[in-house]
Amino acid sequence: MTTKELAGISVEVDAEGFLTDHKIWNLDLAAAIAKEEGIDPLTDRHVEVLNFMRKEFEENGTAPSIRKMNKLNIVPTKELYALFPGGPAKKAAKIAGLGKPQGCI
Amino acid sequence: MSEQPEPIKKVSLIVSKGSLVDVYPALVMGNGARMEGMEASIFFTFFGLGALIKKTQNSLKVATVGNPAMNMAMPMLKMPITMPFPTLLGAIPGVSNFATWMMKNEMENLDIPTIPEFLEMFTDAGGEVFACKLAMDMFKLTKDDLCDQVSSVLTVGEFYERSAGASIIFT
Repeated sequence: MTTKELAGISVEVDAEGFLTDHKIWNLDLAAAIAKEEGIDPLTDRHVEVLNFMRKEFEENGTAPSIRKMNKLNIVPTKELYALFPGGPAKKAAKIAGLGKPQGCI
Repeated sequence: MSEQPEPIKKVSLIVSKGSLVDVYPALVMGNGARMEGMEASIFFTFFGLGALIKKTQNSLKVATVGNPAMNMAMPMLKMPITMPFPTLLGAIPGVSNFATWMMKNEMENLDIPTIPEFLEMFTDAGGEVFACKLAMDMFKLTKDDLCDQVSSVLTVGEFYERSAGASIIFT
């Protein structure tokens, strides 16, 4: 675990840069992580997806699968890949301040 | 200090068999590759084509014969994993259907899509699905017999061309 400076505050992250405490998350932090991941700016559409992921995480203890977000019409799979290029599940979870997704699908 | 190995950037998977458990691993690995940001394609040949044929892709079965690793826990019968599933039992009509039904239920519980849905998810994710020309000719199939997710029918040579720079995985 290391401490790093993000959006002007010091936060704790794990070895891969995921926030260790999802409760400290806010939009400024999200934008800062997104920028590091090559997503700039963070649009309303990104935020909609992130908010849904966080809500699911609060309710079920895990981030939703890509399939679930597609099935519930939150975001079609194609769009998710376009919003978070180069590894949507991992990137979106990271920007949402959640842990690394554990699912294989 | 040893150098960090180069991360995998591209995978090409080959599916040559057509039971349910032959097809799923390639879909999971291919889709997983896309989730990690790698390029991914799956090449279906011989009986693997069954996963792409519109008329058969919904009815792939679990093979219950000739698999010594199959055990009583496996068709989700909740019996001990140390108890073998006799291959002769697997030959009884309906047993393969039953095992398939049990496995499909278990998969749905684990949020694993059906084969057609998985192919759609994989291509939506930017993965490519190819069919083998030789196997198509052998089975007297045309592209119209195959589902929409198939982007091309390829010869072996074309498959290797498209796989330039990829790790090729035969499942």
